[in-house]
Amino acid sequence: MHILMLAFKSIVNRKFTIALTVFSIALSIMLLLGVERIRNDARESFASTISGTDLIIGARSGPVQLLLYSVFRIGNPTNNVSWKSYEEIKDHRLVAWTIPFSLGDSHQGFRVLGTNLDYFNHYQYGDQQPLEFSQGKPFSTVYHAVVGADVAKELGYSLEQEIVLAHGTGKVSFVQHADKPFRIVGILRKTGTPVDRTVHVSLEGIEAIHVGWKDGALDLKQPKTVDKTSLLDLQPKTITAVLVGLKSRLAVFRVQRYINEYPKEPLLAALPGVALQELWDTMAIAQQALLAISILVVLVGISGMATAILTSLNERRREMAVLRSVGARPWHIFVLFMGEAGAVMTIASVTGVAALYLAQLIARPIIQTQLGLFLPIHPPSSHELFLLAAAIGTGLLVGLIPAYRAYRYSLADGMTIRL
Amino acid sequence: MMMETDAITIQNLAFQWRKDAAPVLNLPVLQIKRGERVFIMGSSGSGKSTLLSLIGGVLLPQKGTVTVLGQQLNGLSNAQRDSFRAEHIGFIFQMFNLIPYLSVVENVLLPCRFSRRRKQNIENRGHSLQDEAERLLNHLDLPRELLHRSVTELSVGQQQRVAAARALIGSPELVIADEPTSALDADRRASFLKLLLNECAEQNTTLVFVSHDSALEPQFDRSVQLADINNSVN
Ligand SMILES: Nc1ncnc2c1ncn2[C@@H]1O[C@H](COP(=O)(O)OP(=O)(O)OP(=O)(O)O)[C@@H](O)[C@H]1O
Ligand SMILES: [Mg+2]
Repeated sequence: MHILMLAFKSIVNRKFTIALTVFSIALSIMLLLGVERIRNDARESFASTISGTDLIIGARSGPVQLLLYSVFRIGNPTNNVSWKSYEEIKDHRLVAWTIPFSLGDSHQGFRVLGTNLDYFNHYQYGDQQPLEFSQGKPFSTVYHAVVGADVAKELGYSLEQEIVLAHGTGKVSFVQHADKPFRIVGILRKTGTPVDRTVHVSLEGIEAIHVGWKDGALDLKQPKTVDKTSLLDLQPKTITAVLVGLKSRLAVFRVQRYINEYPKEPLLAALPGVALQELWDTMAIAQQALLAISILVVLVGISGMATAILTSLNERRREMAVLRSVGARPWHIFVLFMGEAGAVMTIASVTGVAALYLAQLIARPIIQTQLGLFLPIHPPSSHELFLLAAAIGTGLLVGLIPAYRAYRYSLADGMTIRL
Repeated sequence: MMMETDAITIQNLAFQWRKDAAPVLNLPVLQIKRGERVFIMGSSGSGKSTLLSLIGGVLLPQKGTVTVLGQQLNGLSNAQRDSFRAEHIGFIFQMFNLIPYLSVVENVLLPCRFSRRRKQNIENRGHSLQDEAERLLNHLDLPRELLHRSVTELSVGQQQRVAAARALIGSPELVIADEPTSALDADRRASFLKLLLNECAEQNTTLVFVSHDSALEPQFDRSVQLADINNSVN
């Protein structure tokens, strides 16, 4: 098509002015797709934090709060679950397995989780993937620790290294029990979940950290040497949460009701999928605002393009007259200007998508370490392609305005060269 | 009364720009023979450009007929008139003839993008489009080194020669020139006109040349005062 060739040459001729329009639209498209991509991938990464668990049980609070402190290891529980309740839940006839969680301590800013060997057997994330060791094995005594992949990498830990675990959750702990060193016996493979940022010890290990502590203060009367601690009765009296797997998923509501109506202490059983969705929904407004803003930015870019083409229209009226004189039809003029809008949108889309991948390549490691979100680099999803097509379609639709004006001009002017 | 030898026949033509305005043109008759080089003279605002748009089929008269090369334009659709213009007529305007984003040669070859016939005419003579454009520009005395320059770097006189080459490319039967020399000084005007007339004579092209400058009149086969043939009351 000859007229599109002309449109192309005209664009090349004005490449610097057009480049500005293309640049702004490309940026807006990158923003739009970037926001959408983060929304979707974060959701997926989020939803795959835990899987295979039928119920999360903790002291009575909200499901979102329970999910936050047990699975995401953010914040602290207000109350605990007694050991006796835990044992009763464990022995319930519909329960296949349990994982006890005892949280509340930290190591160099990483959370310390007290649990038992069931954790390594039953904990699943993503698409029902079990935890795997990249080195070593599970803990087998009180002073053994298993660290997540990020802990090992960021703190430079290796097997057999001795570390000190402190009471409390601050990054810098006031009092560190240098006298109770733990030895790293295992390093977990990367999961892309909060497990990577956790130090795991046995439930007895957690008790050992606290021996000699009473109500958050050091009890000087208690003996607190390593040897003696090992010998004490370290059976915990309370834990923070329990993950439960059932023999049959069909029983999930029954067990949930049983826990929620548990007579001996106020407990809450949350369905992880429902709680995840609820947590995600609390962020929905912010996400939608972000999406709305990025759509508006695209519209601003597109109206900038329309303005630029409309402004050029007047000075191009003589070009239109010349084209008419050599036999161009008014709709050729229309196509000439539509071609320009089309080319701007196409180049901007390609540039925007390329910039998105570049930005993702650069930002990915930062997002992963800072936010714990694993954002995979994948080809554009059909949803992203739809957004892209919608942006191009809007650009073409808006491009109709200057093109139609040019068409009217060329009908009215004919071959008259207007200045 | 219309003859096959006519390039242009206009009968009982009336044209007004707006319904409520007086007609700009009211021409009982105007005949231009094939191969004739006619000078049409008229003062500013007398309707010269309007007449040329009617001949080019961009405008249609409210009354009467315009027949060009045996084809009555009133009977054609808009699309047919646009393509008739591309196939048979070359235009030169007063100024700003050229498309700024095309090279000199691309400007000259522009009509070939819209007219298969004019392209064919060149190829039938065994020339390539490029060669033909260069040959014409050479005939019109445009220095070779300018061929691949941007047209915005040309002087006004050079631009008019490129426009003339574009009007003549592919041998259209009719060339219409709307004051092509009014932006040129006296020397350039004379040389431009000579080159244009020579080229038209060589290709046996009908030339309709419009101007208000009576000094050019002697070089044409015939001259027409628009005021003499136009019955409207301007
Ligand atoms: N597009 C238009 N719409 C309305 N009136 C027009 C239009 N073009 C020209 N006219 C009017 O028609 C009349 C003839 O104009 P035209 O351009 O044909 O004159 P001209 O003889 O070519 O003048 P000049 O020598 O200045 O080019 C003028 O009165 C002009 O105002
Ligand atoms: Mg005029």
